[in-house]
Amino acid sequence: MSSYYKGHPQNLVKDIGYRMKEKVILKVENILKVYPNGIVANRNVNFEVYEGEIHALIGENGAGKSTLMKILFGIETPEEGRIILNGEEVKIENSKKAIGLGIGMVHQHFMLVDSLTIAENIALGNEPKKRGLFIDKAKMIKQAEEYAKKYNFKINVTDKIEDVSVGVKQKTEILKALVRGAKVLILDEPTAVLTPQETRELFAELKTLKKQGHTIIFISHKLNEIMEICDRVTIMRHGTTVETCYVKDTNPQEISNKMVGREIVLHVDKKPAKRGEVCLEANNLVYVNGIGKKMLDGVSLKLRRGEILSVAGVEGNGQAELAEVLTGMKVPINGTIKILGKEIKTFTPATMRGNKVTYIPEDRMRNGCAAKLSIMDNLFTDKIEKYLKLKIFLDRKKMKKQSEELVKDFKVKCSSINNQVQVLSGGNIQKVVAARELTEEAQIIIAEQPTRGIDAGASELIRRKIVEYRDKGAAVLLISADLNEVLELSDSAIVMHNGRINAYFKDTSTLTEEELGYYMLGVKNQSEEEVNAILCEK
Amino acid sequence: MSQVFESIFSTGFFFSVIRVATPLILASMGAVITSNAGITNIGIEGVMLVSALTGVFASAYGFGPWFGLLISIITGVLCSLAIGYVSMSLKADSALTCIAFNTMAVGGTVYFMYAVVKDKGTTIALNSGKLPSLEIPLIKDIPVLGEILSNHNVVSYMALVMIFVVYVLLYKTPLGLRIRSAGKAPNALSSVGVSFLKTRYIALGISGVLGGMAGAFMSMGYVTWFSKNMTAGRGFIALAADAMGNSTPLGAALSAMLFAIAEALSYALQITTISPELVQMLPYAVTILGLIIYSVKKSSSDKKKREQLAKN
Amino acid sequence: MRKVTKMSVNRFNTWFEVLRFLIAIFIAFAISFIIMSFSTDSPFAAIGNLFIGPLTSVRRFSTVLEMMIPLTFAGLAVNVMFKANQFNLSAEGAFFMGALISAILAIYMPGQAKLVLIIAIIAAGIVGSLVCAIPGALKIKWNCSEMVVSLMLNYVMLYFGTYIFNQVARDPNSAYKASYKFRTGVGLSNIIPKTRLHSGIFIMIAFVILTYIFMYKTKWGYKLRMTGSNIHFAKCAGIGVSGVIMSSQLIGGFIAGVGGSVEMLGMYTRFQWSALPGYGFDGVILNIIAKENPAFIPVAAFFVAYLRIGADYMYKQSDVAAEIVSIIEGLVIVLVAATAFLAKFRHRMTTKVSKNMLEAGGAKE
Repeated sequence: MSSYYKGHPQNLVKDIGYRMKEKVILKVENILKVYPNGIVANRNVNFEVYEGEIHALIGENGAGKSTLMKILFGIETPEEGRIILNGEEVKIENSKKAIGLGIGMVHQHFMLVDSLTIAENIALGNEPKKRGLFIDKAKMIKQAEEYAKKYNFKINVTDKIEDVSVGVKQKTEILKALVRGAKVLILDEPTAVLTPQETRELFAELKTLKKQGHTIIFISHKLNEIMEICDRVTIMRHGTTVETCYVKDTNPQEISNKMVGREIVLHVDKKPAKRGEVCLEANNLVYVNGIGKKMLDGVSLKLRRGEILSVAGVEGNGQAELAEVLTGMKVPINGTIKILGKEIKTFTPATMRGNKVTYIPEDRMRNGCAAKLSIMDNLFTDKIEKYLKLKIFLDRKKMKKQSEELVKDFKVKCSSINNQVQVLSGGNIQKVVAARELTEEAQIIIAEQPTRGIDAGASELIRRKIVEYRDKGAAVLLISADLNEVLELSDSAIVMHNGRINAYFKDTSTLTEEELGYYMLGVKNQSEEEVNAILCEK
Repeated sequence: MSQVFESIFSTGFFFSVIRVATPLILASMGAVITSNAGITNIGIEGVMLVSALTGVFASAYGFGPWFGLLISIITGVLCSLAIGYVSMSLKADSALTCIAFNTMAVGGTVYFMYAVVKDKGTTIALNSGKLPSLEIPLIKDIPVLGEILSNHNVVSYMALVMIFVVYVLLYKTPLGLRIRSAGKAPNALSSVGVSFLKTRYIALGISGVLGGMAGAFMSMGYVTWFSKNMTAGRGFIALAADAMGNSTPLGAALSAMLFAIAEALSYALQITTISPELVQMLPYAVTILGLIIYSVKKSSSDKKKREQLAKN
Repeated sequence: MRKVTKMSVNRFNTWFEVLRFLIAIFIAFAISFIIMSFSTDSPFAAIGNLFIGPLTSVRRFSTVLEMMIPLTFAGLAVNVMFKANQFNLSAEGAFFMGALISAILAIYMPGQAKLVLIIAIIAAGIVGSLVCAIPGALKIKWNCSEMVVSLMLNYVMLYFGTYIFNQVARDPNSAYKASYKFRTGVGLSNIIPKTRLHSGIFIMIAFVILTYIFMYKTKWGYKLRMTGSNIHFAKCAGIGVSGVIMSSQLIGGFIAGVGGSVEMLGMYTRFQWSALPGYGFDGVILNIIAKENPAFIPVAAFFVAYLRIGADYMYKQSDVAAEIVSIIEGLVIVLVAATAFLAKFRHRMTTKVSKNMLEAGGAKE
């Protein structure tokens, strides 16, 4: 543990004096960022980046990494704090300024024009001209090729973006930054979208960049990658920087422990689960996404009445796709789903709803509500057939009575059930969604990140409600990246890593966050038999 | 039947195709620019109409048809920018903005025409003049071809040149690259520090120039007066030509020509027993068909691409 | 001011929308007034005539009501299609074809006159449905832009309709392009002597009520509003969105077709349209003014018809062209549709209202 520094990072250099020769290129001091909705995304953020190093930034979802990077790239402005670049304090008001200062960023979602060639994308906004008016195409291509060669990127710059793989798109983004003179390069979860082969290529390229004097800030969840190519790592937790240390002085277990350290202890009273019959059975589900990546790679599980089964995992390891397949939003290319022993033939939301599967989606504004319609209208979308008179007309009286009860029961803060959903706060919108989905009729409740981004009060209420409906006999599949939530709510848990289940815990009461963290990050993996225990138990 | 062939395969027929095609080509080039920038500009219809009227006024009360053309172009730019201001800066739905603008254009032009010449039908009373026709040396002496290609209004030649100009602008200049990016991926533009809003304003301005020229041709070339609602949906046709031509200058121009042929055909066939209405209907029906074919192709190629990726 | 700040955010929003609308109308009139003052020496008299025109005689007032009928139908038709978030403008073509088919039946169909009348109206509705279904179907099946397709389709309908008209219904003895006369008795009866106001107004009222009930009181309307408001959510909740969109286009087309027949059988004795009537675009305008609420469509239609008739009177009295109304209409639409118009003011006020509510304990835990 001696390698961890626990004080102010400013003093770090003093303490490890033997590394004084390192030159600080970027220094961030006491950053505070509060979003207009009152969420504190960054506070007391302090860290330094040395010139020519690959510096990892690691933390759970919502730990504030992305906000910090947006601040560095001028997309967000901090309320307080200083950014010091090459020894001078700078104000980064917009991306143009950031580019001018030699900071480049490769976003997780590429910002490329699909119909243009790689060379055109690289030159956009900065086009070489001939005769004052026209694009000098030859020069444009030559420039792109030169840069690609200089950094040893194996790409054909005249290919169109729409025809190339994700890995090549990423290379284009990196070149875009380099051509604009980026000395500090921020990569936001660059390997999330890459295949293992592409990841290896990327690492080789990053090493080349490092050799040529560039500084790289590497945001990642993947510990093994950090151990492989990064020099130092800064760990973030709950919006603040916890520690910075040399990678060679630490190990994955230590980093994992620092990352998941629990701050607020949340406690939901719940009785032990009374497990009943198997409600949902998934066998060998395989799903490939739009860019050809296998997001589900043979997932099998059984879900029983009266239990909450959590699906833990770092985002992007297939949990979202699992929820979408189980709710009929996406069609698997392989595998079967049985509900109460009956095999599902058509994968549509309507069939799943018909089998009493309800769904609290992660993106509540897109998939969970009609923002411009009233609270009352939003409470019956999936079950309007039960609120009719003469089979055609809406039974307004019944709807109104039920709405008022639900609003009271779920403590939705509103002046009337006729309020538009869009005037409510995020937490209250989520309560409306939960009030619709958590009902007596629900057999299988799929809750995907049900408390993400909402206030503590609303989170607690929704968690209590989930337990309540479990006790009423529903089977709950809880997909969450919040370890607190997983440990407090679930009776059993599985962990997903790279589209597969890599751990199954029948009983979560003795499980620790540290242990979960190892599996989530792939430091540890259970054997196939251990994982398949989920299918054997009655 | 021979009468039909005679009227179609005459030099006069092909001459009239070019004449009829002129405003369609110009307007469709305007539509190409805006749709590349990501805007469906139904307002081009109204832009043409307003420019046609201001051109006539400027010509009659100012310094003749050339001055009229200039004022038409300026009007076109201002109107387009106004549409842009309302839809982009005041954040009104762009289709609604355009429909509102077209409504105002149809009524407003009549209002001002009446205010000036006390006639609600045409400005025939004004001696507003005509933009000159050009004899093309050398070409005019070629038999047949000379008769078809020479002696057109100067704006018709401009229209043909504009196809080339728009092509060069879109594919050979930095601005064109930015316009195409603004339509396909505005965040890609922002990520390199270029404002996509500004780029869209510029695209609208250029479409205004083209719409203004189209309007000027209508009232100072095609005929020599302004008449109520004289554009009669040509702006919409331009929009369809753009869609059918997949927003490429050459494709849109060819689609516009197809309309022009059908329109000229409907005039030529009036002397025959074939119903002109069916001929007039043809280009619109063909456009719908073209749009369907284009969409089917696109959706199946998208699917194939996904499958291909999945395989790898 | 205290009263204002104490009310709920919801009530404030309603109040604000009304205020915004009034400000928009005021600005539109103010700009038009300035324009008019350039072309007439007595702009006050002119605008006065615009306002009082329709009230100067029973006949003129009845013209407002006559004009309101087709406008309302157009507004309702567009309303049903827009509510499914489809920018389908083929109500125009549906109106034209509805009018034509009802005219042909009114000329040729044998049988009892009243029966012919009813069949003609229903047939017009069915034809309208078919017309509006085309862009909807192409959108659902292949994702073709419903707007471009519908714009083109309107012209196809115009020429195709004119062709049929020439083939089967045109009266060669008529001095102008017109059909044979409708059979006697096949027409909507006049309800006020010395005016042209016809019983179609009752059909209109029935359609307003039916559309309102459909939209807000039935499960179909509920699913339609859900789909139009957020298609992803509707899908996720198990609603069959393609079917919903398709049926909304069919219903909208039906209303437009009926509108065409009511206008034709109520106001004319021969079919004599040689151009598109323009009701498709009018329908869009009415929906913006009526905030897409079917109950307000007749009010908006009355407002627009009143303006147009008033402007006509102004033209006769003050020699200012009536077309100034299209400028007023256009400006009102633009200002009402511009979400950023007065948005800063609204934001400031909403924040204030929310704060006040919190302080007043209106938002209890």
